Amino acid sequence: MAIRKLLIANRGEIAVRIIRAARELGIRTVQVHSAADADSLAVRLADEAVLIGPPAASKSYLNVVAILDAARATGADAVHPGYGFLAENADFADAVEAAGMVWVGPKGDAIRVMGDKVAARIAAEGAGVPVVPGSDGRVDEPEHARTIALAIGFPVMIKAVAGGGGRGIRIAHDMEEFERLMPQASAEARAAFGDGGLYLEKVIERARHIEVQILGDGTRAVHCFERECSLQRRRQKVWEEAPSAVLPQALREKLCASAVALAKTVGYRGAGTLEYLYDDASGHFYFIEMNTRIQVEHPVTEMVTGIDLVREMIRIAGGEPLRYRQEDIALRGHAIEVRINAEDPARNFQPAPGTITGLAVPGGMGVRFDTMLYQGYTVPPFYDSLLGKLIVWDEDRPAAIARMARALRELAVDGLPTTKPLHQLLARDPDVAAAAFHTRWLEPWLDQNAHRLGTEETTE
Amino acid sequence: MTKQILSPLPGTFYRKPTPDKPAFKEVGDSVAVGDVIGLIEVMKSFNEVVADQAGRITGFPADDEEPVMAGQPLVDLA
Repeated sequence: MAIRKLLIANRGEIAVRIIRAARELGIRTVQVHSAADADSLAVRLADEAVLIGPPAASKSYLNVVAILDAARATGADAVHPGYGFLAENADFADAVEAAGMVWVGPKGDAIRVMGDKVAARIAAEGAGVPVVPGSDGRVDEPEHARTIALAIGFPVMIKAVAGGGGRGIRIAHDMEEFERLMPQASAEARAAFGDGGLYLEKVIERARHIEVQILGDGTRAVHCFERECSLQRRRQKVWEEAPSAVLPQALREKLCASAVALAKTVGYRGAGTLEYLYDDASGHFYFIEMNTRIQVEHPVTEMVTGIDLVREMIRIAGGEPLRYRQEDIALRGHAIEVRINAEDPARNFQPAPGTITGLAVPGGMGVRFDTMLYQGYTVPPFYDSLLGKLIVWDEDRPAAIARMARALRELAVDGLPTTKPLHQLLARDPDVAAAAFHTRWLEPWLDQNAHRLGTEETTE
Repeated sequence: MTKQILSPLPGTFYRKPTPDKPAFKEVGDSVAVGDVIGLIEVMKSFNEVVADQAGRITGFPADDEEPVMAGQPLVDLA
């Protein structure tokens, strides 16, 4: 069914991104919003806007009944969930389809399989994708858990079956710590996720975070190469690149082929990302999880492949077959994205909402700023701190880093503190230049460089 | 003039440490300077609200889980 009117069940920069893609396809847009977002850029850009509740996300952006009512009232025939909120809620996906509308994403059942860490792991193994050594499934018996922990070797990661986003994870370095943490982890998982189920995984020390973008139409699937997102703080990505600077070509082909194999086994439809840990000392990669949605960092893939991922996911949802064969998709140049958050790097990244009193957006070749900001906009305190994403492309990685430094210099967001000073320091760090990092590189670096994050440095 | 404890930040006011725990303070409780009277959630980050004056609580002008502005009264003290 060709989509004529698309409801965006999200907010912020991704809502703006989706409206832009829809408009280029000639699709009308309905932006649902909370009372705190009446002045948002997405509301201003959309063809129609519908108030769905008070500021609290639980009463607005997570309110399935209000969102479906808004869709019916406006005659929307499709729903795009963006990322976060209801994007990976299989019941919502089913409810949208049951209401006779198109869900811009994979089938509810594919979300269910991939959202269950244990089922996803089994699906990956079935598709021949390497997984991190660990328990094959949930472990409930303490004796069984001890046996598995000894077999995979310490340190061992204890993860909640129903967890996600870096939550519900503990690391045990020896058996004594393991026996102390298991009951705590189970109780916490039961309280936080309603399921005390746990599984175990070997800790891969000094791993990189590498993820593969895929597109599928339910029958065929292709990959759009990988991104590396190893620079993380508290398991949140802060700087993302495409491609990875360190992945040898032969391994890139193997990694991306494994992602396509897994996407095909679940009949994947839409855009998705398979996340891996990559140990560059051994050259091994391990599947960790699949995200069944568009991701924050999708623009770096768009920049190196020339494919508009959001547009493709809308076209696929509207019933078009995948428009690309694998051999049509080429990797060209290097892209970097940095997250501009309303957080003060000088005060331990304390979030700081406020009013944008001035805004200077960088320009020039290969520079893109995906944001929901405009001058005079008041950033509400009720949602996450992401203000925008500064993305650059250039022919190679050193040129891309130089372009990022130049673009950051031009970017000015006045009225509240942002993470720009952090990115300015990273853009001229020798380890970043050498891509000599892993997922636990940034936090100690932040401790060592805390004194330099206080002021915006302008010296080169 | 009644004394009040004001929100130091804009965000969402919580009177309980977690949804299944009792409130930090109730009407009639006495408050000492430095006592935690609630939390303000700002962009998914939780900040303790600490009493900057002492007294006995006579009311909560802001409800639990209510959006508040910086400077908005949270607690009335006698």
